[in-house]
Amino acid sequence: MFEASRIREILEAGLPDCTAVVEDDLGDGEHFSAIVTSSAFEGLNLVKQHQLVYGALGDLMKKEIHALALRTLTPEQWAARSGQ
Amino acid sequence: MSDTQERIAEFVTNNSVFLFMKGTRTMPQCGFSARAIAVLEHIGTEYNTFDVLSDPEIRQGVKDYASWPTIPQLYVNGEFVGGSDIVMQMFESGELSTLINNDAS
Repeated sequence: MFEASRIREILEAGLPDCTAVVEDDLGDGEHFSAIVTSSAFEGLNLVKQHQLVYGALGDLMKKEIHALALRTLTPEQWAARSGQ
Repeated sequence: MSDTQERIAEFVTNNSVFLFMKGTRTMPQCGFSARAIAVLEHIGTEYNTFDVLSDPEIRQGVKDYASWPTIPQLYVNGEFVGGSDIVMQMFESGELSTLINNDAS
């Protein structure tokens, strides 16, 4: 059992200029979805962006987190998406 | 390279479109793998799959091979393309069809 808020804290602490929105989709503490924004994603392809997120989560991906549906955005993409 | 890593390299280089998944294309054992299959079927490409649930060494080995902690994993012409989220995102943007139809023909 893991808290979505804990995942958010780890990501926001581990990635530069990071905003993370994390949800516990099934309420089971194992299946999460996240939208993660970070300036570190700029210029990287999607694989490398997701690898940065997995890297920040480290061993959590091996055990505690069974599934993480992930969407990554640069700050610019986030702003466009938010209609700002 | 270990035997397992060599086997993985052979799978992905001998098949232009290759998916490591949980279950089979007709009976996926995980929603994420099922989504990847749905995308490949929709694109209408030929592809081959490997059920990682049938082989613990490959199941762990593909995670090391691509530095990627989750299954499914899609490869096109030997290159790791992504997991289910990226496959879905690239399908929606049309990039995946372009990649497969240009590279895998």
